[in-house]
Amino acid sequence: MIEVRDVCKSFGTQDVLKGISTVFEAGKNNLIIGKSGSGKTVLLKCIVGLLTPTEGQVLFDNRNYVAMNIEEKNKIRRELGMLFQGGALFDSLTVEENVRFPLDMFTNMSMSDKKDRVNEVLKRVNLPNTNSKYPSQLSGGMQKRTGIARAIVMNPKYLFCDEPNSGLDPQTSIVIDELIMEITEEYKITTITNTHDMNSVITNGDKILFLHEGKKHWEGNKISLFDSDNKELIDFIFASEFLKEARDARHTKLLNNLSK
Amino acid sequence: MAEYVHATGGPLFHIGRYVMMVRKSFSKPERAAMYWKETLRQMSNIGVGSVMIIILISFFIGAVSTVQFAYNLSNSLVPMYYVGYVVKESMILELAPTISCLILAGKVGSNLSSELGTMRLTEQIDALEIMGVNTVSYLIGPKLAAAITMVPILVVISAITGIGGGMIAGDLTGYVSADDFTQGILMNFVAKNIYIMLTKAAVFGFLLTSISCYQGFYAFGSSIEIGKASTRAVVLSSVMVLIADFVLAWLLLN
Repeated sequence: MIEVRDVCKSFGTQDVLKGISTVFEAGKNNLIIGKSGSGKTVLLKCIVGLLTPTEGQVLFDNRNYVAMNIEEKNKIRRELGMLFQGGALFDSLTVEENVRFPLDMFTNMSMSDKKDRVNEVLKRVNLPNTNSKYPSQLSGGMQKRTGIARAIVMNPKYLFCDEPNSGLDPQTSIVIDELIMEITEEYKITTITNTHDMNSVITNGDKILFLHEGKKHWEGNKISLFDSDNKELIDFIFASEFLKEARDARHTKLLNNLSK
Repeated sequence: MAEYVHATGGPLFHIGRYVMMVRKSFSKPERAAMYWKETLRQMSNIGVGSVMIIILISFFIGAVSTVQFAYNLSNSLVPMYYVGYVVKESMILELAPTISCLILAGKVGSNLSSELGTMRLTEQIDALEIMGVNTVSYLIGPKLAAAITMVPILVVISAITGIGGGMIAGDLTGYVSADDFTQGILMNFVAKNIYIMLTKAAVFGFLLTSISCYQGFYAFGSSIEIGKASTRAVVLSSVMVLIADFVLAWLLLN
């Protein structure tokens, strides 16, 4: 479980996050949604420690991450996995070396054990026979899958995904969403995904936090999402013409189907 | 940790952050084997990758120096073997370390800066930090170690090639025979000059690498910023090499 308490973040005079509090539950896929510039990425970076909140606390299973020294933070970081928007794979390393990197750096496993583990996670993300390829030889979807493989290779307790669908076609997006969902359930990890992809929201939203202008405007799940009367959330969900028409025509059957 | 991407400041801010970066780059590695592997890769990039350009440029610097010294001495009473002596001394004391490092500031400096800048922009550095890797130590430490080791070797190659180039040019142009040139080279050998050359090379190597790494590591914004960071890396490294050249000459020759 990850809890954020009254988290504020400012850059100079610009307040990006304004007192956000919520709980991200273990074993569930928690989504942070909102328009571009709403503070989603900054909140995610505050949670993982890439940014330090100006005020507030971030608790990993009741351990206050913000107040920790660097050695304590590094211990928590061994329990984190993160999928970055662009994959963030190391250009000079092959797929196998990328996925093996955390094992090489932080474990005393033998090379054969490490290779077995790498092959196991690559198989899990449906990337067989790519071990010797370089990131530049992979498609966007394959890069994301390699990123997921690297994120889960150390059996993390917490998985963070920053815009996992960005730059992907709808079909590949669905594959990535399903993979994140399956891995969350299979490994019983706390997953926090930052997205503005409505298909991901409807598919993966066990818990949804909606941010608007740096504030928490709504939280719930994919079922209660469509019952909300929050104006900003409704504007965000029904941004597309299709969904606007669906709402205006009160196609409740369609919406009920979507919410399932 | 990535707060720096939003931070800007004046010269004192940058000097302070640079000093802290250098200090952190020598902190204890998480896993020595990984750092050693990275150091070897950087030694290959910085050292082996620069040998040809250093040989080419040094050869012609030695050749041009010989022709010009010989031209100046041609109507004087000074024996021509002095050309060999002057070329040897100027290559060892000044041309090999300084010119080589100015070339390396352009070649290696821009390379290191753009490599780290690209890693920053594509979130590869953030990925390392999330894993708990000391990014400054892992990404910059091996580069500094590689430069401090390889740049003196490149400078020795430069000095030998420059002197050899001078001998060939002197002989080919007929200004000074190879025998006279060799006599000049062997004349009045001062071992301290080799020590000065190697000291200069190590200091210049450290400066050009650390300044270039600083520019790349703290780059932020768009791809245009990577270009600007590379330019700053080359310009600042070159200026600092020249300033250090003066300071070292003053300190070591006194």
